[in-house]
Amino acid sequence: MSASPELEHTAMVAPSNRVVILGALSAIAIATARIYASEGAALLLAARNDERLKGLADDLRARGAAQVETAALDFETGASEAGAHLARWRQQLGGIDHVLVIYGYLGSQEKASSEAGELARILSSNFTSAVAWCEAAAGMMRAQKRGSIVAVSSVAGDRGRQSNYAYGAAKGGLAIYVQGLAHSLAAVGARAVVVKPGFVDTPMTDGLKKGGPLWAKPEAIGKAIRRAADKGGPVQYAPGLWRMIMLAIRMAPAFVFHKTKL
Amino acid sequence: MTTGFHPAEAFTSWGRVVREPHTVARPRFPDELGQIAGELTSEAPGLPVGMRRSYGDSNLNPGGRIIDMTGLDRLIAFDKETGVMRAEAGVSLSQCLRILVPAGWFLPTTPGTRFVTLGGAVANDVHGKNHHSAGNFGNSVTRLKLRRTDGSVREIGPGNALFHATIGGLGLTGIIEWVEFQATQIASAWLSAEDIAFANIGDYFRISQMWKPRFEHTMAWIDCLAGGDSLGRGVLSGANWSSTGGLKPHREDPKLALPVDAPSFALNGLSVKAFNTVYNELKKARTAPYRSHYEPFLYPLDAIANWNRLYGAKGFYQYQCVLPYSTARSATPELLKTIQASGQGSFLAVLKDFGGVPPVGLMSFPREGTTLALDFRNQGERTLSLMARLDRIVAEAGGRLYPAKDGRIPAAMFQAGFPNFQQFRAQVDPGLSSAFWKRVSA
Repeated sequence: MSASPELEHTAMVAPSNRVVILGALSAIAIATARIYASEGAALLLAARNDERLKGLADDLRARGAAQVETAALDFETGASEAGAHLARWRQQLGGIDHVLVIYGYLGSQEKASSEAGELARILSSNFTSAVAWCEAAAGMMRAQKRGSIVAVSSVAGDRGRQSNYAYGAAKGGLAIYVQGLAHSLAAVGARAVVVKPGFVDTPMTDGLKKGGPLWAKPEAIGKAIRRAADKGGPVQYAPGLWRMIMLAIRMAPAFVFHKTKL
Repeated sequence: MTTGFHPAEAFTSWGRVVREPHTVARPRFPDELGQIAGELTSEAPGLPVGMRRSYGDSNLNPGGRIIDMTGLDRLIAFDKETGVMRAEAGVSLSQCLRILVPAGWFLPTTPGTRFVTLGGAVANDVHGKNHHSAGNFGNSVTRLKLRRTDGSVREIGPGNALFHATIGGLGLTGIIEWVEFQATQIASAWLSAEDIAFANIGDYFRISQMWKPRFEHTMAWIDCLAGGDSLGRGVLSGANWSSTGGLKPHREDPKLALPVDAPSFALNGLSVKAFNTVYNELKKARTAPYRSHYEPFLYPLDAIANWNRLYGAKGFYQYQCVLPYSTARSATPELLKTIQASGQGSFLAVLKDFGGVPPVGLMSFPREGTTLALDFRNQGERTLSLMARLDRIVAEAGGRLYPAKDGRIPAAMFQAGFPNFQQFRAQVDPGLSSAFWKRVSA
């Protein structure tokens, strides 16, 4: 990306578009990246599968992205080197304005209840490694006194339920962490946002019965993430209706809630 | 999380007559296709499908397997200088246009909806209002990648027998992974259009003859309720690409959506009123040229998501035939009379003259002649027997029906209409099938 004085100046007055996407191959991340591509953004896509990343990079270039870089890595093992990765990507993009932490692992509650490995993976993917990446990104934002972090949590993190409380606990923990980061970054003028999607029609939910008014397309969540990177409070539901639904679910007394199969 | 086949209840096509359970796989990346194709056999065949805008059962495989290709929606390459675009089969024409138009390119041809995939456009060798100038979509396909269920994968283009079977091959010759096509250059996203009212079907043939050389795009709406001297009265529209107006593409989302099935009486009442307004205005004003963005001109129905629900809960059939010019002038009025007498036709039908560009597909539907398309609300046996009466007129006139619209054509009628049928059958992948194919290949 060229760094002419004119562009530098623009970058300082308007929100700029140099974006790192962690978990770039998820349906929600692809939808988000396409919005940025259509705006002519510079993107760094990180995920495990290099071949798929290259295919997505071609797609985003054809859709108008000014620059697309890819990085094949595992976020859990790579979390300890998060700062070094970010520093390198920052050089590649000529700066970083937004870091989107989208990767996650739904896993199986049944398996997590009986196998320690599955439980550890759910917690590490959705919480431990995710907050390490967020913290490293926050360090960069503090130093540059600008930029935003958007982490994708889930409405599952708002109340523990029998069907996915390991995933819910990890995503809930991530939400609290990012909320705290938002508080801490506010003083320097940077932002952190946690986006909590409801039901989304993605490969993660294939096999569930889909359809009906509560199911959103990944494109709708992508729009919410794109918006959250520029504005809004530290906790955003996507679509917004879920704020009310989750309020009702959190308020439901246990003697009622325990009768449900949710 | 893993690719695999999941049960789907009441999987439907655009006409919504058939609602049967299927098991559906939704691959998101091309590297998943090898495993999926490997699971398909002649005993348990599958069918790759796109956005399911085909009306009948050519995109259904009841009780069997479906590969929903819409997750393979990445562009692979687009050369803004040459207008050659290569993209995965699940990319919609709508998405293609969002990229093509700002760069000064357009689809070589397009059906009346932009919500079809590239794979579907190839598999049905779709046509549009510019058929008489551009031919079918397949005429502009330069290359494609095809995966067979025996594990073979090949990149093929014009000249290859399997390529010619795949264009218009209804997804039965293999799984189309990507499609490369040559776009058409445009100077503006706008069209200069004219409408003209014609008093009856005879006038249509006279006027369309004069309009064809003048306009790149033509099509006519006709009033199926009018009889006597007004039989086949309607409005013919013609348009050419404008040189001014800018290259702004359409917005992606439909403006309106139908949340529920309409009561069955709603449709004709609405369209009668709309048509009469247009028709009477045109008769008064004669023709005045106007400008239109491509979106409302080429895709009038895309403004309403799920307009298929207008026909009510039982769904509907569409009937589209093409008749050679030698018989069209006598057989078209006969079709219209039969429809009018039955009182079952949708109020509006579409009439269009196809040109003489030879198709590249063995099974491509369009041929030089006149095509008539209209909807029939599903009223069971009554509707089926009407369509059987229409079949006899079409068969006698040497015409044929469009598989993408069909959900009931008998095997003999189908095979008689497509002289390359046996040649095509030899190219069909034994691991692929559809409800349509089971019926017409019997």
